[in-house]
Amino acid sequence: MLFDQILQYCLSGLSTGAIYGLIGVGFSIIFNATGIINFAQGEFVMLGGMLTLLFLETLALPLWAAIPCAIAASMVAGLLFERLAIRPLRQPTPINLVIITIGGSILIRGLAMLAWGKDTHALPPFSGNDPISILGATILPQHIWILVVTVFIVAVNRFYFYHTISGKAMRACAYNRRAAGLVGIDVRRMVLFSFVISSALGSIAGLIVAPLTMTSYDVGIMLGLKGFCAAIIGGMSSGIATVIGGLLLGILESLGAGLISSGYKDAIAFIILLLILVIRPQGLFGKAESERV
Amino acid sequence: MLEVAGITQIFGGVTALQDVSFAIHKGDITGVIGPNGAGKTTLFNIITGIYTQTSGTVTLEGKNISAFPPERLARRGMVRTFQNIELFNQMTVLENVMVGMHTRSSCGLLSCALKMPWSIAEERRIRKGAVKWLDFAGITDLADVTAGNLPFGQGRLLEIARALAVEPRIMLMDEPAAGLNSQETQALGQLIRRIREMGITIVLVEHDMELVMDICDRIVVLNLGMKLAEGTPREIQENHEVIAAYLGEDD
Repeated sequence: MLFDQILQYCLSGLSTGAIYGLIGVGFSIIFNATGIINFAQGEFVMLGGMLTLLFLETLALPLWAAIPCAIAASMVAGLLFERLAIRPLRQPTPINLVIITIGGSILIRGLAMLAWGKDTHALPPFSGNDPISILGATILPQHIWILVVTVFIVAVNRFYFYHTISGKAMRACAYNRRAAGLVGIDVRRMVLFSFVISSALGSIAGLIVAPLTMTSYDVGIMLGLKGFCAAIIGGMSSGIATVIGGLLLGILESLGAGLISSGYKDAIAFIILLLILVIRPQGLFGKAESERV
Repeated sequence: MLEVAGITQIFGGVTALQDVSFAIHKGDITGVIGPNGAGKTTLFNIITGIYTQTSGTVTLEGKNISAFPPERLARRGMVRTFQNIELFNQMTVLENVMVGMHTRSSCGLLSCALKMPWSIAEERRIRKGAVKWLDFAGITDLADVTAGNLPFGQGRLLEIARALAVEPRIMLMDEPAAGLNSQETQALGQLIRRIREMGITIVLVEHDMELVMDICDRIVVLNLGMKLAEGTPREIQENHEVIAAYLGEDD
C-alpha cells in the first residue's frame, strides 16, 4: 500500500519535475550567454499555454497546428523582449538587467490578464485521458508526453551545443565573451538567439503541462520560480544537470505534499532553493571553483 | 595594409598616447617595442576595437575601421592574441579552434538550427580544418585536452592556432613570448615566420629583444605615449634616442 503510494507520488513528481527542468534549462541558456537571470522566463511558460489556447479556440486550429504556432509566437515574443527591453539598455549591469526582466515579466503578465482575463483555462490532453496503470500506480497519457518531450528536448539541446558549430559558438560566448568577439562571433546576436531559444523552451514546457494543471495569466510566477530552483540545483548548466535538478525537485515536492501535507508543496521547493544557495551555491553537481560568465 | 594616424588616447587626465602615426606594410613582421608604460598595449587595444581612441584613425586596407567592434574586425581579417591568453577554458583544444572557424562557416544562426543534417556535414568539414591548424601549431596530440588544463606555453600555441582559424590577413600579437622559456620562444619565432610565409602580416608587441631583432622586418619604438623611432632592427639598435630611452640619458 505504502509502496504504491510512494510510486504514485514519484511518477507524478517526475512529470512536474520534467517541466521544472525544461524551464530551468531556459533560465540557464540565457544566464550562460549573458550572465543575467531572466525572471520573465516564467511568463513565456504562461504564454505557451495561453497562446496554444488562443490558436486552438479563437482561431479554431487543430491541436497539432496550434502547438507549433504557439511556440513560434512565443519565440517572436522572446525576440521582441530582447530587442526592446534588454538590448537598448545604456548601462547593462547585471542588476539593471535583472530588474528589467522583472519589469518585463509584470508587463507580460498584465497584458495576458487584459487579453484573456483572470479565468483559468484547460487545454485538452494530447492523446486522451485514459489512465495507464504501472505497478499499481496510475499515470495519464499526458505524463508520458511530458517525459518524452523533455527527453527529446534535452537530446536536441545537447546535440546543438556540442555538435554544431553555432552551438559551440554560443558556448564560447558563455565561457569567454572577449575571446568570442575576437574570433568574429557576434556576441549580441548570440544573446538575442539565447532569448529566442529560451522562450521556445519555456513555451513548450507551458503547453505540455497545461492539460494537467490548467493555465491562467499568472501561472508563470510559480512555474518560473520552480524552474529557477531547478536551474540552481543544476548549477546553471544548460544540460542534463538542470533537468535532474528539476526531477529531484518535482519528486521531493510530490512526496512532501503526499506524505506530509499538500500545504507544504511550494515551501519544499523554496527550502531546497535556500539550502542549495547556502550550502552548495555552485549546484549539486558543480565543482566549487568553476565559474561561468 | 594597416595605418594608424594621429592616435591620441586620454584616460581621465592621463595622456596614454599622443599623436602616434605609422604604417604597416603587407607581409611584414613589425615589432612595437618600448619601455613599460609606453602605451603599446593601449595602442593594440585601440587598433583591435577594445578601446575607442580619443582622436585619430585606424585604416585597414584603405577602410576606416576606427570604431569597429572586435567581431567585425575579425570578419575583415584582423585578429589578435593576448598577453594573458584568452581561451575558452571549458572547451577542448579542438573545439577552441573550431569556434575560431565560426566566421568561415557558411551556415547562419537560424539556418544552422533549422537544417541540422547539413550542419553535420559542415561540422565535419570544420573539424577537419581545425585539425589542420592544430597540426600547424604542433599541438595535434592535445586535441582532446580541456583548454583550461594546458600549460601556459601550449595555451599560447592554441590561441595562435585559433586566431589562424579565422583566416586573417593581419595578426596582432600582444607579447607572444611572455611567460615562455627560451626554447619555447625560439619555437615561437619559427612559428611566427611560418605564419608570415602564408602571407599573413604580423604586428607584435614584445619585450624579448632577441626575438624582436631576430624576426622583425621593421620596428616601431614608443616611449611615454609618443612614437620615438621607426626603422629596421639595425637602425633601431643604432638609434641614440632609443638607447637613451631604454638605458637612461647619459648626461
